[in-house]
Amino acid sequence: MLLDIHEPGETPTPHETDSTAVGIDLGTTNSLVAVSSGGKPEVLRNIHGEGLVPSIVAYDADQVVVGYAARKSLADAPELVVSSIKRLMGRGLEDVKRLAGALPFEVDESAEGMVRLKLAGRTLTPVEVSAEILRTLKRRAEKSLDREVTRAVVTVPAYFDDAARTATKDSARLAGLDVLRLVNEPTAAALAYGLDKGSEGLYAVFDLGGGTFDVSILKMQKGVFQVLATGGDSALGGDDFDHAIAERFLSERARDTGLDETTPVDAKLALETARSAKEHLTENDNGSWSLGGRGTQSVHTLDTATFDTLITPLVDRTIEICLSVVEDAELNVNDIAGVVLVGGSTRVPQVRRRVAACFGCEPLADIDPDEVVALGAALQAEALTAGSDTLLLDVTPLSLGLETMGGVVEKVIHRNTPIPVAMAQEFTTYQDGQTAMLIHVVQGEREMVDQNRSLARFTLHDIPPLTAGAARIHVNFALDADGILTVSAREQSTSIEQRVEVKPSYGLSDEDMESMLRDSMKHARVDMETRMLTESRVEAQRNVLALRAALDADGDLLRAIERRSVENALAGLEKAMATPDRELIEGWIEKLDNETQFFAERRMDRGIREALAGVSVDDLERGVGTDADSAAE
Amino acid sequence: MQTEAQSAERGAKAGDEPGVVRACWSCRGPVPAIELFCKTCEALQAPIARDHFQRLDLKRAYDVDLERLDHSYFRYQRLLHPDRFATKSAKERAISLQHATDVNEAYEVLRDPLRRAEYLLSLAGLVINSGEQTINDLELLTDSMERREALAEANGAAKVDEIIAVAASDIASCRTDIAIAFANQNIDAAASLTTRLKYLQKLAAEARSARARYGAAPLTATPGS
Repeated sequence: MLLDIHEPGETPTPHETDSTAVGIDLGTTNSLVAVSSGGKPEVLRNIHGEGLVPSIVAYDADQVVVGYAARKSLADAPELVVSSIKRLMGRGLEDVKRLAGALPFEVDESAEGMVRLKLAGRTLTPVEVSAEILRTLKRRAEKSLDREVTRAVVTVPAYFDDAARTATKDSARLAGLDVLRLVNEPTAAALAYGLDKGSEGLYAVFDLGGGTFDVSILKMQKGVFQVLATGGDSALGGDDFDHAIAERFLSERARDTGLDETTPVDAKLALETARSAKEHLTENDNGSWSLGGRGTQSVHTLDTATFDTLITPLVDRTIEICLSVVEDAELNVNDIAGVVLVGGSTRVPQVRRRVAACFGCEPLADIDPDEVVALGAALQAEALTAGSDTLLLDVTPLSLGLETMGGVVEKVIHRNTPIPVAMAQEFTTYQDGQTAMLIHVVQGEREMVDQNRSLARFTLHDIPPLTAGAARIHVNFALDADGILTVSAREQSTSIEQRVEVKPSYGLSDEDMESMLRDSMKHARVDMETRMLTESRVEAQRNVLALRAALDADGDLLRAIERRSVENALAGLEKAMATPDRELIEGWIEKLDNETQFFAERRMDRGIREALAGVSVDDLERGVGTDADSAAE
Repeated sequence: MQTEAQSAERGAKAGDEPGVVRACWSCRGPVPAIELFCKTCEALQAPIARDHFQRLDLKRAYDVDLERLDHSYFRYQRLLHPDRFATKSAKERAISLQHATDVNEAYEVLRDPLRRAEYLLSLAGLVINSGEQTINDLELLTDSMERREALAEANGAAKVDEIIAVAASDIASCRTDIAIAFANQNIDAAASLTTRLKYLQKLAAEARSARARYGAAPLTATPGS
């Protein structure tokens, strides 16, 4: 790593380079933070030895509580508690309504775009609630490592769409964490397994969490983790098992007590009871639970056979998805060498049985399914910061398409395409003098726009006013390594870069984000400054190293007096880097740039002379010198 | 939709021919345009115009050794993937993203027998429409109609399985013929065979989804290329 090559005592940014990068599994039910050192990942625990932080946030009058403490508040003040917030990441009001009854939240009916919760007199976005969980994990890591933690790899369900991914990144930003990479949960799990076991071949990762289901098929070989296909359901998980049980309990209660109306508080309590019933039935054949509330008390019994019947349709769905992903990978289930179980919900016996039957092999679960994703994330965080030989090659889980005439979707990027990926599309105007154009981007596999998920509407401005059909606007859609979309546009005849204005369908606008940063973090400004300072220092460091390398290679091109002035500018920049003054650093970067311009020119002159010297006059005439490659073929 | 050949040149600037010496964006010294990294300061250089075969160090031909393709793909992604540049400056991260995108595109096109054929045709100056195509070839048209009819009339898994098996073997021999046509630089023959391959693959996909209606289908192995 370039950043590690500095002389002792000269570390310009001790605070930044020392900052450890952690791996975070931000789960629906539980979250974890882990760190890896020397390829050995480890979950960070509290003083009680607990690694899991329940993804539950309680908004008390003047403080916010996260984790086990928040779970305790569930009994006393359920109206102040939020759980399973991950299911709402990047979702709109309609999505929540579609899950109606399933979510014990009160939502702001008037809000557009991303759903907002009404809680204890506040209006909160899922991004803010998740940020509270991330802050808790950040604090835990800092306490346990005894140093500041500002960088993280955060995992997301492979099946998360662009909106949910962006929301996750926004949450981290709000919590003061720089996301080095979003890694798909099954891929992270494979990394933890692959490195641990040295496995090679084709593997399936079956990841059934609290609220999301993913299955990925990976080819593992010599440190390469290549995802061949991925699929899932971003609204299917152990929570749904709880709902199935809770619904049964609530309908039994309605029958026995006459209470047939279910309030959000009732739902929360019933879900908590259902969760403990589910956990109990993982190891026992039957049990009974009591449901209190509003002056009534009812008792409910459940045995494993009934529980199995309740959840069979849900497990059926996961198996169907497995088979179609195997087909997407152009494989047969018999080609799969092993299947890895991830996520707490894979502890349910029926799930294990069905997965084993589907793939015809006993699933691997020797790494704790609650911890394996965080461990993989920690390994990747170490790989990104300290360097590594492993390579994760992931794909986009969902096709990206554009709305065309009649609401039909035209696919631009197909699902299971390796990311990063870019695809260009040409558009034209349909009216004389038209200067703007709307592009609607959707994600999903269906034929019609309204059956897919709307991602964003992009308005292209500043199109030169030409006759209809004359303007040719080249629009580039790119998914980066995090699976996040960017769009850029250029008019072909004039080469004018178009201004692209994005209206995310369920995301937060930049203004929303800014005001959130301001409101929720006293240190938001400081945080912003720190981020920019870090970037300036990285840039300064690059300049210093590049110039040193150039001096080593071509120092003979400088006379002694010139060399001294270059060295002076270099020393000036290094001194500036040690200060927290960003403007000073930038000033010195520019100064160094100017003072070495002549040196760069001399180096180029020599380089070109040398290149030409290697080519005979005959070659020059034949043009071989400008196309060395075709000669090599 | 842009052609494959155009997109191969995405991100490349005029004057970035392989033999030219460029100035490194980081240390500003000379770097042969063909080099990915500056020898002096190790900075990753912006991508230049290359076709998909050049980008992955493969001979331009229809026959591609898939193992070699994978090997080369992994080698380049190890060097160029954004994960390798996570702590580098914003500029270098952006360059890495461009490279990784180009390498992924080259890999996707070259590993797919149909897209590879279409790409070779586009390199030969023939633009294949990505949209619906009218079939001019009368023989192909008749054949297509007959097979569609057979698929529509097929009742029972066994009948559909038979159609799938025939399509699979026809696809395999079509790919062999395409390879021969390209090897003999018979572009016209390669073009019509490519159209045939496209239609055969579509039929096979339709047959597979028809088969799915009869329950768990034995997955037809797609013949390797």
